[in-house]
Amino acid sequence: MRDLLRIRDLRISFDLPEGRLEAVRGVSFRVPAGRTVALVGESGSGKSVVSQAIMGILPRTARIDAGRILFHDPVLAADRAETMIDIAALHPDSAEMRAIRGGRISIIFQEPMTSLSPVHTVGNQICEALQLHRRVSDAEGRALATEMLRLVGFPDPDKALKTYPFELSGGLRQRAMIAMALVCRPALLIADEPTTALDVTIQAQILKLIKDLQAELGMAVLIITHDLGVVANVADEVVVMYHGEVMESGALEDIFHEPKHPYLQALLRAVPRFHMKPGERLVPIREIRQRDDSAFLGKAKAHDNQGGGTLLKVEHVSKNFTIRKAGLFNNDKAGSLLAVDDVSFTVRRGECLGLVGESGCGKTTLSKMIMRALKPDSGSITYMDKESGGETDVLKLEGDDLMAFRRKIQFVFQDPFSSLNPRMTVGDILAEPLLIHGVGTAAERRQIVEELMGVVGLNRNHIRRYPHSFSGGQRQRIGIARALALHPQLVICDEPVSALDVSIQAQVLNLLKDLQRDLGLTYIFISHNLAVVDYIADRIAVMCCGRLVEVAPRAQLFRAPIHPYTKALLAAVPEPSLDQRLDLTALLQGRASEPGAWPEPFRISGESRLTMIELGEGHFVRAHENAAEELTRCYAQISSSTAATQKAEV
Amino acid sequence: MSDRDLLPGERLDHYVNDGPFDPYEVEKLTPQQERYYRASEWRIMWWRFCRHRVALWSGVFLLLVYASVVICEFVAPYNLHSRDIQHIFAPPQTLHFFHEGEFIGPFVYGFDTEMDMENLQRVYKPNPDKVQPLRFFCRGDPYKFWGQVDADLHLFCPAERGTAFLFGTDRLGRDMMSRIIYGARISLTIGLIAVAISFVLGVVIGGAAGYFGGFIDALTLRSIEIIRSFPEIPLFMTLSALLPVTWSPIGVFAGISIIIGFLEWPGLARAVRAKILSLREEDFTTAAQLMGASPARIIGRHLLPSFTSHLIASVTLSIPTAILGETALSYLGIGLRAPVTSWGVVLNEAQDITVVAVFPWLLLPVVPLFLVVLAFNFLGDGLRDAADPYK
Repeated sequence: MRDLLRIRDLRISFDLPEGRLEAVRGVSFRVPAGRTVALVGESGSGKSVVSQAIMGILPRTARIDAGRILFHDPVLAADRAETMIDIAALHPDSAEMRAIRGGRISIIFQEPMTSLSPVHTVGNQICEALQLHRRVSDAEGRALATEMLRLVGFPDPDKALKTYPFELSGGLRQRAMIAMALVCRPALLIADEPTTALDVTIQAQILKLIKDLQAELGMAVLIITHDLGVVANVADEVVVMYHGEVMESGALEDIFHEPKHPYLQALLRAVPRFHMKPGERLVPIREIRQRDDSAFLGKAKAHDNQGGGTLLKVEHVSKNFTIRKAGLFNNDKAGSLLAVDDVSFTVRRGECLGLVGESGCGKTTLSKMIMRALKPDSGSITYMDKESGGETDVLKLEGDDLMAFRRKIQFVFQDPFSSLNPRMTVGDILAEPLLIHGVGTAAERRQIVEELMGVVGLNRNHIRRYPHSFSGGQRQRIGIARALALHPQLVICDEPVSALDVSIQAQVLNLLKDLQRDLGLTYIFISHNLAVVDYIADRIAVMCCGRLVEVAPRAQLFRAPIHPYTKALLAAVPEPSLDQRLDLTALLQGRASEPGAWPEPFRISGESRLTMIELGEGHFVRAHENAAEELTRCYAQISSSTAATQKAEV
Repeated sequence: MSDRDLLPGERLDHYVNDGPFDPYEVEKLTPQQERYYRASEWRIMWWRFCRHRVALWSGVFLLLVYASVVICEFVAPYNLHSRDIQHIFAPPQTLHFFHEGEFIGPFVYGFDTEMDMENLQRVYKPNPDKVQPLRFFCRGDPYKFWGQVDADLHLFCPAERGTAFLFGTDRLGRDMMSRIIYGARISLTIGLIAVAISFVLGVVIGGAAGYFGGFIDALTLRSIEIIRSFPEIPLFMTLSALLPVTWSPIGVFAGISIIIGFLEWPGLARAVRAKILSLREEDFTTAAQLMGASPARIIGRHLLPSFTSHLIASVTLSIPTAILGETALSYLGIGLRAPVTSWGVVLNEAQDITVVAVFPWLLLPVVPLFLVVLAFNFLGDGLRDAADPYK
């Protein structure tokens, strides 16, 4: 078994408007045939640039300055004099390069939404990949494509051939993408963040699929990711990159059992994991240098949360979206989508409520209804303000009352790139809420803005910079600072860290925790990642398909999850450790998020109404009323036995 | 990192980079980056625009042309209306610098005129003895600068008792070059005025359609489709036929600008609508709404600034259409009418194919028209490429 790919001292630079950027600075590593190599690093570390160089698809502004990318492929070598092909020396448009690209080396991208053509069927696209590289008749091509679709797990491959990408879910699209990449039986598959855009349960399935296919087709895989949990579950060898250089590389066991380089050690420390000790803090690679003397923290009287009590009460809220069936002449036939179904919960003063669920489960719709950006069809939302002493019916607010209410609840967006207006300086962005609510004079506003920047650990000299000059984490901090500007009581964070690298994620999570403590904030923290929620939340609500399925204090939920969906979610989070690999059988073969596939008494089908059943200790689960007694008994049993084992461990 | 080939199945060495490690390294900025990051949108656009050489030179060319429009009385060697009945349909005089191997600066050879009785046509022959050097910053034909101030200073004029018809003369013996220079004033400004009208209409109508959606949007789109379905030239003809013949030349000028402006807005309105639709979905717009900003503030502070650059680019691209529209109308004799002089009016003389065959220089206004339209297109392309610096 020889090395399939060997990269020697590769150097790549970019010619950017802001100057020359050395993205890859002398990187060397190997990919042995039939094995999996993981390329790990933060965004901007140059890992994707390396993969683009291997594929010969570098952007036009990039240049390979030095180094070699040696590709040794037994199939290609058979009809060539030399056995090694130096990809770095090939012209990207040459016939040789085109034969390698897609034929011998394939790539799958992060976004399954945009990497498939929306106007061609899946079968069409797979056959095209095939016909570019091999001489096959249409019938043969279709047969091979069907075979490939079956291999990647489409239940009905013949039908799948004729579907268009928009008819498929994200997970199936990524499977179709993999089928397209593998149909020519490449020697090397490059997977560039293949699961980052997917939900955890789907992620686990796709990772398993890649492993299975690798065993079956005998190809090598170069997986590019920032998620050490993924690495621990799939890789044989690991290369850790930082700022265009390799920091550490070695076999999987070496990397996880004996991390030596401070960067890798820091990366491992920054990942939130289950079973962290109470009060244990994540250690980010770059601590936020928050200014202690920040006047904002001193002056702002922290909200008084003494005595707890309820801050926000959501009762029986439902929301339907009507979908217009676009016909040429009749657009009156409307379907509807139940986005949020009969959701009730309360948020206590000063706590952090974690809202967990997969994409499309209605978390964001729910938060928008609380923010009054959407109107629910039915139900009520009540806000209880201690300072003014009254209960506010949020849904009935108008005019000045609504303006006043907006100051109390603020929102942190998921995407740090589109949530900041690119044409305003940071100073203007942070001053905008103050301006809209007419706070202070220009000088006072400037003072507040500077303090805000200090609070989130940004350099005050950057006040005149534009958002495009900041990294994702810094932008997210700007978003947080903007949310804090009006001294809100409740901050809704909609997936605030899911677009960020692990290292930055720890930084932002710590910042949110500190701010909650210092300013007496209440959070609703929305995420699809249970490990993250476990780190920050006090109570957790699990949502699936528009319904709350389980609500419990953090410790209870992790100690004794009752609902099958919660269990599947817990099992699907990849941990950055070799001792706890993913167990795929717990994922119900990918049907964890179908309410119809849950076992009794949790199954939702037809007209049977389920209710939230209290099991004790503030633990609620959605199930059939008849099963209440049995579940309560069962819960008491599990919960006491796990408590006992935990005590024994201590 | 080890460079030797590993043997089959050999375990990979555990390599650790022993270079210095600074986790804050990635946050450091070079002065160049700092400068770029503090630059406003317009500055970055300017930097990107400058890299587009052709667009930059087109811009310079257009600036020069528009500068000459402002002072066309001074730039033109003759008055718009001066006739030289001795030189009717005179061909262009070639500009020379050397006479019998000797440098004497720019000059022309005077004409010897004779009548060709066979074709009943005057024949002009340059006479090498009549050396007529051009004069610069000289007193020549009197004119009223901007119709107000009496003056007679010209950039250059013919020699005393000489001629300088560099582009030839027309059937009344008027200097074509001067007519083209004067014509630019009307042709180029009518483009700007028409586009200004269509700009206002396009932004208001398209903006309303995009922001409010629903019925307003549907109504706008349908009207755009209807307006777009009319064949252009007959529509132009009908509309300009409606302008009363008794109107003053200025009235006709205004009327034509308005007609062109009214027919140009749909394209712009569509562009504005599409842009607003996509921007309305951006998170920063939602953020502003959640902060409690009013629709006026959201449009004015967040949406409009995000696509002014796009607007400028599309406006630049629609100016040449307006210029061409005016030229076409006037050429057909249904737009501006003499004594107003635009390129279309000048070209109006060149409608007869036999005239064009014998006196081809009557087609010369096409050259500046072509250059200006081309330059506007290059400029617009460059602006469009530079328009969104955050892609």
